Amino acid sequence: MAAEPTAASRPPADSTNHGFRVVVAWIALSVVATPLVAILVGRLFPPGNGSAQGTEQVLDNTVLLSVITPVVCLLAVFFVYGLRSFHAAPGAVVDGPPLRNDSRIQILWIVGTGVIVLFLAGFGTFELLQNGAGGGQGPNPIAVPGGSKLQVQVIGQQWQFTYRYPSLGGLESNQLVLPENTDVELHVTSLDVIHSFWAYELGVKADANPGSDNVAFVETKGPETFHVRCAELCGLWHGYMYNNGRVVSSAQFQSWASQQKKLYAAIAPFMNKSPADGGAPYSKTYLPLPSERAG
Amino acid sequence: MRPGVKLLLVAAALTAAGVVIGFYVSNLTSLAGSPTYTPPVANASSGHPVVNLQIETVAAVGPKLSPNPDWVSYLIKNNGQWQRKTVWDLPANATVHVTIYNFDGASGLRNPYLARPQGMVGNQILVDGKPTQAVDPNEASHTFAVPALGLILAIPGVADDAKDPCGYAPCPMSNDHRTIQFTFHTTTPGHYRWQCFVPCAAGWIDGFGGPMQTIGYMDGFLNVKA
Repeated sequence: MAAEPTAASRPPADSTNHGFRVVVAWIALSVVATPLVAILVGRLFPPGNGSAQGTEQVLDNTVLLSVITPVVCLLAVFFVYGLRSFHAAPGAVVDGPPLRNDSRIQILWIVGTGVIVLFLAGFGTFELLQNGAGGGQGPNPIAVPGGSKLQVQVIGQQWQFTYRYPSLGGLESNQLVLPENTDVELHVTSLDVIHSFWAYELGVKADANPGSDNVAFVETKGPETFHVRCAELCGLWHGYMYNNGRVVSSAQFQSWASQQKKLYAAIAPFMNKSPADGGAPYSKTYLPLPSERAG
Repeated sequence: MRPGVKLLLVAAALTAAGVVIGFYVSNLTSLAGSPTYTPPVANASSGHPVVNLQIETVAAVGPKLSPNPDWVSYLIKNNGQWQRKTVWDLPANATVHVTIYNFDGASGLRNPYLARPQGMVGNQILVDGKPTQAVDPNEASHTFAVPALGLILAIPGVADDAKDPCGYAPCPMSNDHRTIQFTFHTTTPGHYRWQCFVPCAAGWIDGFGGPMQTIGYMDGFLNVKA
């Protein structure tokens, strides 16, 4: 058992106001670091500015990072200050000063973290309710942007996505082409297993479930090429289940649609048959009969 | 044990694990172990390479060609022999003439959109010698698709009441079959997967397992080389 330190061996009482020092250092570091991080790092965040939803996601990530930065600064300052000021002297055999409860600090910590969490919850809810933030909202979406929208259906199948345009007579294509500056209503579904439609630069990600109509919204901006990937492990060729999509001018979209209609005409009679006859007229979901199809 | 020795042992173990994982990934990506078919290449008068592929699609690959004799499969003809190889080396910017002999029955397309041949020369195929721009989805037996090249075509099946259907592969030409012909062009060098889109794995849940999920049966690669 260690001997009780005598009064003579105890270190002199520390009259330094460590809390004040830590707070000053923390505020100084936060005032410098937070705007720097928000400005320099925020703009590097995914998914970029390919759509209104993408821009909002960059803002969301920047706000999150800006809120986190002072917290990280506090931890870093306290860590460094503690190492520097509270370490035992070399060769010392005495205990450090005892840790005592301080209800003021506890309350401050609980209130501070509570405010941060509640703010982020409110901010996140506000962002989600604007237009769904690019996420799939199921068959009955809550956050529906106003105005007219171009409907596009995304169909997942092992292993590629195809796209149907109900406003163009239900034509189907393996190319996803969208007009610029347009509100698009994506209806995501699957013919077989669970896939996930992820249009990275557009900030859209929605699960493709068989028999389910998962609705997501996106507002396109200017012309661009974007990547589409499956984000749900879906079998042998999951890693190859990707293609490119394009946002084009309205004139180019009309031209593309005319060309696709001509190509589609060859199979339109088959597509428009009833499902019982092997057709697939446009529908929110499709449930091909696998038991009859296999073999 | 001294801390330095411990650290050294941990570092050595991590390095060994990394090397093993590296070999495993390298083995996967290079498809080592998957038999590859390299067809003879002729040079057309234009100077572009020309390749002829003869393919057979069979309902049951048979015990001679697979440990899974009842699995549906593609076969490739090599020196007069049908072989179960679905990784094919092709030259870049080549003209590839393909003839598919299908001995399997119709099972239908899950997505009738795939009934329109696309991505080949003229966006049409010859079915038993007849130019075709759309196959009846109900008559489709399989598809041959190279999505990265935009190549998709449905393969019509043998009639249900065929008089002389093939049992196990390799199937002689005397058995009932359909003949599909088309020509496509390879592009830049790369590793292009091809697949069948019809869930045709009989005996598996919804037809999606077994030969549909195994390279060497209904899936493969085009290794397009410079």
